[in-house]
Amino acid sequence: MRKAVAAPYLVWMAIFIVVPLGLIVLFAFTDSSGAFTLDNIAQVGQYAGVIWRSILLSAISTVICLVLAYPLAFIISRKQENQQRTFLMLVMLPMWMNFLLRTYAWMTLLEKTGLINRLLGLIGLGPFQMINTQGAVVLGMVYNYIPYMILPLYSVMVKIEPHIIEAAQDLGADNISVLWKVLIPLSKSGIVTGITMVFVPAASTFIISKMLGGGTNLMVGDLIEMQFLGNAYNPNLGSAISLLLMILILICMFVMKSIDTEEEMEGMLL
Amino acid sequence: MNRKLRAVMTAAIAAGIAAAPLPSVSALEVPDPGYYDALKGQNISLNVYNWGEYISDGSEGSVDVNAEFEKLTGIKVNYTTFATNEELYAKLQSGAVNYDIIIPSDYMIARMIREGLVQKLDLSQIPALSNIDPDYMNAAFDPTGEYSVPYTWGTVGIIYNTTKITEPVDSWEILWDEKYKGDILMFSNPRDALMIAEKKLGYSMNTSDENEIRAAFEELKAQKPLVQSYVMDEIFDKMGSGEAAVAPYYAGDAITMIDDNPDLAFVSPKEGTNTFIDSICIPADAANVQAAHMYINFLCEPEVAAANIEAIGYSTPNTAAFALLDEETQNSPISYPSQEIMDKAETFLVLPDETNALIDQLWTSLLSTSASADEKKEQGGGFSPVWIVLIVALGVLLVLVGKKKKQKTDAAGVPEEEEEEEEEYEDDEEDNNQDDDVK
Amino acid sequence: MKRLGKIYTWLIMGFLYIPIFVLIVYSFNESKSRSVFTGFTFKWYKELFSNRLILSSLGNTLLIALISSVLSTILGTAAAIGIQAMNKKARSVIMNITYLPIIDPEIVTGVSLMLLFVYLRTHLHIPLEMGLITLSLAHITFNVPYVILNVIPKLRQLDQSVYEAALDLGCNPTQAFAKVVIPEIMPGIISGFLMAFTYSLDDFIISYFVSGPTSQTLPVTIYSMTRKKVSPEINALSTIIFIVVLAVLVMINLYDARQTKKKQARISQSF
Repeated sequence: MRKAVAAPYLVWMAIFIVVPLGLIVLFAFTDSSGAFTLDNIAQVGQYAGVIWRSILLSAISTVICLVLAYPLAFIISRKQENQQRTFLMLVMLPMWMNFLLRTYAWMTLLEKTGLINRLLGLIGLGPFQMINTQGAVVLGMVYNYIPYMILPLYSVMVKIEPHIIEAAQDLGADNISVLWKVLIPLSKSGIVTGITMVFVPAASTFIISKMLGGGTNLMVGDLIEMQFLGNAYNPNLGSAISLLLMILILICMFVMKSIDTEEEMEGMLL
Repeated sequence: MNRKLRAVMTAAIAAGIAAAPLPSVSALEVPDPGYYDALKGQNISLNVYNWGEYISDGSEGSVDVNAEFEKLTGIKVNYTTFATNEELYAKLQSGAVNYDIIIPSDYMIARMIREGLVQKLDLSQIPALSNIDPDYMNAAFDPTGEYSVPYTWGTVGIIYNTTKITEPVDSWEILWDEKYKGDILMFSNPRDALMIAEKKLGYSMNTSDENEIRAAFEELKAQKPLVQSYVMDEIFDKMGSGEAAVAPYYAGDAITMIDDNPDLAFVSPKEGTNTFIDSICIPADAANVQAAHMYINFLCEPEVAAANIEAIGYSTPNTAAFALLDEETQNSPISYPSQEIMDKAETFLVLPDETNALIDQLWTSLLSTSASADEKKEQGGGFSPVWIVLIVALGVLLVLVGKKKKQKTDAAGVPEEEEEEEEEYEDDEEDNNQDDDVK
Repeated sequence: MKRLGKIYTWLIMGFLYIPIFVLIVYSFNESKSRSVFTGFTFKWYKELFSNRLILSSLGNTLLIALISSVLSTILGTAAAIGIQAMNKKARSVIMNITYLPIIDPEIVTGVSLMLLFVYLRTHLHIPLEMGLITLSLAHITFNVPYVILNVIPKLRQLDQSVYEAALDLGCNPTQAFAKVVIPEIMPGIISGFLMAFTYSLDDFIISYFVSGPTSQTLPVTIYSMTRKKVSPEINALSTIIFIVVLAVLVMINLYDARQTKKKQARISQSF
């Protein structure tokens, strides 16, 4: 009888989760008159370059986030409790500010007539082309998503007792071994969660590439947006690309899950 | 509790802000206010969809035309903007929203008439139509004049920063000049960009010859490494701050930019350019047709049209409004170019469907190629190896996961897996952790 | 080594905050330039407060966040309770579908919902305009999974015997439920509600695809602002948001600090 309580949600789920995804599949396999066609799927192949670029750039951003966040998470987890709280608050604050505004902030900094170039000009260093490059897009992604990497890592590391590290050091391990053989295996689930939380949004963003990439470095998200609300209206092609994106992400999820099956689930903050 | 507090605080601030009084002096006079009383008190609202920066909106001391309309008629205006004709078309086609007023350009209006997306106007409800110069009525895109009312017209030209480009500028070629690599902006919409390439090659901007179109796109591809960014209204900022040195854009906006930054200059290239008319239409599925007619009439009133033109800088097809402009504007060669320039200018015509599809495809492909074009990846047609690789990868993974699942079930029973999944995706709000510790 | 750690921490914090500070500083700039500071003024804040579009977007955002988080909490809690009572197979199927909005890239969710609403409109002739209703529906859809994920662990931790004890003591199932189960899972419900509220407030991509002219949310309005002539009003808006968020987080921090102190005091007292 209690099962019936979930009924409203089940109906909701069917209408708003299953049907829309079904529509995407439907649109992906039909053309504008409704006839079945594999054209859209074939056309997606043309954009392999864009898809590859999106995956590459988001992978690079994810790795950079991981490398930058790992030490920071560790440092914070070793602090005193009230200090930890303060630092966490400082990490979370940018997350709560609007995502568009944060990206916009970098636009103003990176422009040729922007602040960074002006300051460099004072020392006599020539204006660098920073914005509208792939580097700017990566920077934007790292900036926006690094808190999502710091938090899961922190939550795992805070559960690693200090005496484990001391024990390893007592047994003669140098810092590198401690890192490689103790810390990383123990924080694996946090790493996996962090990677998941950064890679997926990074691969499918369209704002960052538009604002910092100058429209010259299209990513998958831009491509999809163009087909639905932009300059090349073709919802069928857009659905095909979305379908491909979804499949790619699901594959990545499977990979992540299969890496993580041995560990206890410690990656989360409950 | 803690985030509820945040919500309460923000709501309090918003309430305080909303209570601030708005000025209520009527700044625009109309000859027949009585006409506008017809729908008062009926709580009607209009969805207006216009270009960005295309109306006098109250900023920088100008009149807020929409607010004036609301005061006069009691009809609320929901004003949203689009950046290109193609965006407008996509929004309309997607069937998602009912707009009551749209302001497309000539060729898009022709396309919409052809596809039945706009409705015939009841011209008797638009007495102010008499203010419009008959030269702009019944143009090629709307021969019977029943579907649109001209709003502005203008030309496209080159805006450049005279401190960065000291040589004389008179041709579209400058946009392909290696000297200014990284300082060049381009249109972010297919037809305007294509027009420039076609003019550079000497073709008509309305050609549907596939070879000519492909050749023009090759020019655009060659230009891509030199382009800083593909923009529409973002150009104001980039030219104004000196971030870019040269860009093609509309004459009216050039005037605004030059006003803000006197280092800029505007020129109409010798190969000829595009002249356009933007007109007001009512979509076929508009909900408030009478109110929409009232809005069109309002925009045609001399004082209103003059206010708009003063704010946005474009050229007006409204003779009564023209008379109200100051002499400098009336004689401006940018807004009202010489006959010589107008003779060389072409207006966009609507292209056949196959041509539009080709252009869409080439445009997307242009923007997707990386600046160091990797030609091999652009081979179209047939099942690309991407899909084959993906399907194989998916298969391999499913097998792997299946194996792992079996191991776990043997070892510890199924529920563990679910537990993993759930906690894997539970989110990372640290507050939750703290809340739970506390509670 | 510790020194190194400190420097590193401040470097990263600097990286996170310098762009925000630049935004804030230039919100007081006299000219529109975003890199040359010409003079100090509050005029952009004044313009911001008289910008009807931004104010109405802010109102819409708050309203939709409230509606969707309340409704999704109710729906999600009920769902969690029901799902918990199902057999393993049904549970795993339903949970997997529930994960879809979370795993899916937001753009796919947004696009799929847009297709759904258009389909309902054009083929089933339901008079559904893109606006407040579609936004609320969309927000509820992506919020409910988070609520479910927050409530289910609490349900799991629940001791079944307490519920049975209540039944033994004479409560009917509904009473037992209300008086025993709900209070126990309340922390999960609250954290689910808060998570839903937060996600709804900041959502851009999904809202972008399902909003209409009658009600835009703040992020969507900000996006259209960045595509036009740039005005330091955006900077002013950022500053205000920053201050509000800072104030809220500081209050949360102080509250938690006080709670921890109380807990420690209680513990030391009991010895």
